Amino acid sequence: MSGRLAYGSAPAPAPAPERPAGVRVWARDLALGARFAAGGGREGWTRTVLTAVGVGLGVALLLLAAAVPATLNSREHKRQARDTSAAAYVAKPSGKSLLIADVGTVWHGQQVGGALLKAEGAKPAVPPGVAELPGAGDMVVSPALRELLRSTPLLRERIPYRDTGTIGHAGLMGPNELMYYAGSDRLTARDADYQHGNAKRITGFGEHITSDALTPVLDLLLIIMLVVLLLPVAVFVGTAVRLGGERRDRRLAALRLVGADIRTTRRIAAGEALLGSVLGLGAGAGFFFAGRQLAAHVTIHDISAYPSDMTPNTALTVLIALVVPLAAVAVTLISLRGTAIEPLGVVRHGLGRRRTLWWRVLVPLAGLALLVPLFGSVTGNDAHVNEYQTATGAVLLLFGVTTVLPWVVEAVVGRLRGGPVAWQLAIRRLQLNHGSAARMVSGVTVAVAGAIALQMLFASVDGQFVHATGADASRIQATVNVPAADARQAAAVTEKVRTTPGVARAYGFTDSRATQPDAATLRDGQDVAYIPLVVGDCDTLRQMAEIGSCKPGSAYVVPSTDRFAGPSPNADLAKYARPGKRLDLNVGPTPYRGTPRLWTLPSGTRAAVSRTDPRGQRNWGVFVTPEAVDASRLADPTTVVMVNLDPGTQDAVEYLRNTGAALGPEAQVSSVSNFTTQTQYAQLRRGLFVGAALTMALIGASLLVTMLEQLRDRKKLLAVLVAFGTRRTALAWSVLWQTAVPIALGLVLACAGGIGLGAALLAMVGEAFHVDWGIVARMSGIGAAVVLAVTLLSLPPLWRLMRPDGLRTE
Amino acid sequence: MTAPAEPLLTATGLRKSYGPTPALDGADFSIRPGEVVAVMGPSGSGKSTLLHCLAGIVRADAGDVRYDGRSMAGMSDGERSALRRADFGFVFQFGQLVPELTCLENVAMPMRLSGTKRRAAEKQAALWLDRLEVADVAGKRPGEVSGGQGQRVAVARALVSGPRVVFADEPTGALDSLNGERVMRLLTEAAHDTRAAVVLVTHEARVAAYSDREIVVRDGKSRDMERAA
Amino acid sequence: MSIGHALLGLLESGPRHGYDLKRAFDERFGHDRPLAYGQVYSTMARLLKNGLVEVDGIEAGGGPERKRYAITDAGVTDVESWLAQPEKPEPYLQTTLYTKVVLALLTGRPAADLLDTQRAEHLRLMRELTRRKTAGDLADQLICDHALFHLEADLRWLELTSARLGQLAAEVAR
Ligand SMILES: Nc1ncnc2c1ncn2[C@@H]1O[C@H](COP(=O)(O)OP(=O)(O)O)[C@@H](O)[C@H]1O
Ligand SMILES: [Mg+2]
Repeated sequence: MSGRLAYGSAPAPAPAPERPAGVRVWARDLALGARFAAGGGREGWTRTVLTAVGVGLGVALLLLAAAVPATLNSREHKRQARDTSAAAYVAKPSGKSLLIADVGTVWHGQQVGGALLKAEGAKPAVPPGVAELPGAGDMVVSPALRELLRSTPLLRERIPYRDTGTIGHAGLMGPNELMYYAGSDRLTARDADYQHGNAKRITGFGEHITSDALTPVLDLLLIIMLVVLLLPVAVFVGTAVRLGGERRDRRLAALRLVGADIRTTRRIAAGEALLGSVLGLGAGAGFFFAGRQLAAHVTIHDISAYPSDMTPNTALTVLIALVVPLAAVAVTLISLRGTAIEPLGVVRHGLGRRRTLWWRVLVPLAGLALLVPLFGSVTGNDAHVNEYQTATGAVLLLFGVTTVLPWVVEAVVGRLRGGPVAWQLAIRRLQLNHGSAARMVSGVTVAVAGAIALQMLFASVDGQFVHATGADASRIQATVNVPAADARQAAAVTEKVRTTPGVARAYGFTDSRATQPDAATLRDGQDVAYIPLVVGDCDTLRQMAEIGSCKPGSAYVVPSTDRFAGPSPNADLAKYARPGKRLDLNVGPTPYRGTPRLWTLPSGTRAAVSRTDPRGQRNWGVFVTPEAVDASRLADPTTVVMVNLDPGTQDAVEYLRNTGAALGPEAQVSSVSNFTTQTQYAQLRRGLFVGAALTMALIGASLLVTMLEQLRDRKKLLAVLVAFGTRRTALAWSVLWQTAVPIALGLVLACAGGIGLGAALLAMVGEAFHVDWGIVARMSGIGAAVVLAVTLLSLPPLWRLMRPDGLRTE
Repeated sequence: MTAPAEPLLTATGLRKSYGPTPALDGADFSIRPGEVVAVMGPSGSGKSTLLHCLAGIVRADAGDVRYDGRSMAGMSDGERSALRRADFGFVFQFGQLVPELTCLENVAMPMRLSGTKRRAAEKQAALWLDRLEVADVAGKRPGEVSGGQGQRVAVARALVSGPRVVFADEPTGALDSLNGERVMRLLTEAAHDTRAAVVLVTHEARVAAYSDREIVVRDGKSRDMERAA
Repeated sequence: MSIGHALLGLLESGPRHGYDLKRAFDERFGHDRPLAYGQVYSTMARLLKNGLVEVDGIEAGGGPERKRYAITDAGVTDVESWLAQPEKPEPYLQTTLYTKVVLALLTGRPAADLLDTQRAEHLRLMRELTRRKTAGDLADQLICDHALFHLEADLRWLELTSARLGQLAAEVAR
């Protein structure tokens, strides 16, 4: 007992006056905060982990956004490195030169890049990613195409070459790119007028035309996608760092009692937020690198990317690493602004004061105001998207949903009365604490709103791709073009197409041209008449003009109906295309070369009116049956076969493409059908649903933690309620109502905000307003499911809390 | 009894209202160094409010509190926080310990807030836990110890920084007789040894019997029983 | 308890016959033990001898019960000092204290002060016992605690009575 006096002489620290907090004080308080975030048992950890996951997702998305420029750049560099489109004409073969013919094709809506190559010298140039040119009949392929060929005999038939090697990373824009280079000995070089051969002579790769990597609409999609994914995460982070806020406030109050001043408590709170966000940075880096590997398996609009190409910009990365923790701290400090943590507890300012509406409505209105000037501006391929204005507008509009929400919750909940016990308990609780109720669901709200808007934009953009051709898909579904095939070959081509499986009907004709008979005598620079010449059988000609009676040997003059072409086409027709008159079939580049090949229009030539052909085009000129003209004398003929496919035959268009490929590198098959884009849209939609569902699951998790925290805080009250006979089901219902009411309000707002933003985006791309209510319903359904799940998950702990031993004081 | 000395903490004419009803209606108070003064009175009479005003936790609407010759009315939050840190200690009925920290860390907290290094603060805290006969709970969290142990930890925390005034508001309110006695004995002995004054709010006479002097508060008015007798 | 002081106090409100005094006493304080006539007259005789009361008059047809007594100035002073003096805290004190409170109320003296004084006295003793207890051995502690609990009970009664003074005053005034 005598030893006690030693304590009495414990040195009393001198009362420390208010002094500017030094680095050590900061370090101490931040560490203390981190200690609180990490300590505090399972609950504390759950909170910290949730914060870290939320911040991590945000960071991962930010890193992704930071990687987009680099990714696009690297794709563009690779594209340019193998491009030959701008290569100048090379007249003579050399040691380095080679012939190349583009044989790109489409397989089930996916682009398959392909080129036939033929070396002309000993040391020919090679495309990037290829070590050695494949010999005739051999090919090098991308891994994705090799994989595809293995499982698709039909495509293998089209690309029948022997697989002798792989195209390396350098030659591919993404891991999923379908691409091959095949050797061929059937290539001949075209002449200077781009005629008579089937291949181009080049001396190297990388002669490119610079182009924008993204069309304006895709650009817009990308921006909105990032906004829509980032914003809920941002809102979630905002909620996450406030998780356990009440408990934290009480803890800080206890510290205030033993002499912590207000600034110290702020620093400690900052420390708590800091730990979560720093862990979040780590998690974010992890998510990003993991997600980047996944990205290799994802293809959007034929675009895939190598993980190694998705490197975040260094400066942006550093910025993210600095800004994210600071933002978390800022959110915490801002959330503390409204509360005064006093030694005896927490005083919330403005309690009982009604929320004002005007500035809350101002936020979404400001967003709208930013978007309105952009209406109609994102149309066509060379429009410029103002990224900042668009993103800011979209963010404000979506964020506006969360600013309006607390007001709506307060206004609605304040008017609710009566009802059964469960309802009454829930409503009273909400009335007392509508701020946190609104905060709890704001993440779900923003996620739903964003998803709805994005879906609307996607749907319409996809619609654009589908309907842009204007083709009449009910008359034909594909065309086959074979340049440099004269009219004798035309019959053979048409026959080959006609006998292809799945082809119901085929209309083949030959496109050529004629000019005035004295063209050879004109001086260079003088205008020469241009008269299209279409050679096809009666059936085919009927598809292109109202010709009436027709028999072999018939000929027609069809005036142009194009109002914008001016008078000259029809004037030329009227002057030269008359029955019995002669036309010169030798039409080539100026100056005139060779000798005139004169042909006389049959005397029975009649006039006919043009009609829209199955391709969606209106043709004019001189239409003749093959019997009326000597096919071998036509200049630069192109055979065109318009194909009507049998809808009952699967893969009909793929068989047709095989036929086209067999016709040679110059033959082109283009599909008028639209089913391919639809599959892509479905893929995107699925991806978006998965993303939205994941975001909402995360938000649900934070909802659950908040809910459990609230329940635990009211443990004693619950036990008392049970003790005097409140039925447990009533309490369970009250928990459900407590979340369901704000969620329902949030979803209503989300639909309004989402449709609003969607409408604005549609207006920007110049599309008509259209809402897919199925999407709205499904998104709202996911939101509602989250609430239900949260309630169900919180029931077991609720049951446990309601045991009578809850009456014990802690 | 203490030798007559200058009062350490005095209050005159304190008024404080929460809404229309006054909690304090002209209360006076004074305490000398090392003195233990019991504040008694029916519940709701304003005892806790008086204590909060004295400790500078709550600002009175009218009247003045002087500590060590300085008026607390004019002090900033920072200055009052500093006072709480260095010159005052607190023991409440319950719930004043930080649940996330161990008992030892809780006791060390006031010293650490005053800038003492962790090691040194915790060493001192361990001594105090030992002295209050709760050395064995040092590593436990407040949720894991009994009410009596928790209160003794709270007393240790109140005394660790060598305060000149300890404010105790119903320190035994949640304890049984035996534990209550124990806490009171340890609190008053330790306060006596460190010459700390104790403002002891209680409604229990047996607890008040540990005091040197008694003040009764009724309807917000204080009554010095020494003068009445 | 002091019957003499009680009777003196009753006389303060005005002269009374001995019979009246007995009735008033029984009504207020003699709930379970009515005062015997003999006790009234012997007490009055003692007070008369000490000069604290005087005979105010005798009714015709006199007997001792027909004497009317009045309080003297000395008597008033004596009541005054009795009321102000705290009782030594001891068991079954409440009869005396109750008498004192009622008399204070009857005579318009501050009853609250009386209770507070008593309370201070109780607490003083409790402090002493507490000091003895903390210094003593287990036997001391147990004995002191017994006394402390009893004192505490009294003190709680004092507090309760303080809180109900208004109610009591209204009842006494009836
Ligand atoms: N924070 C507060 N808000 C509103 N009223 C309060 C508050 N604190 C105390 N009161 C009121 O002030 C009066 C005195 O309270 P208090 O000082 O706690 O009494 P005691 O501690 O003596 O029981 C009570 O009527 C109480 O209702
Ligand atoms: Mg109190």
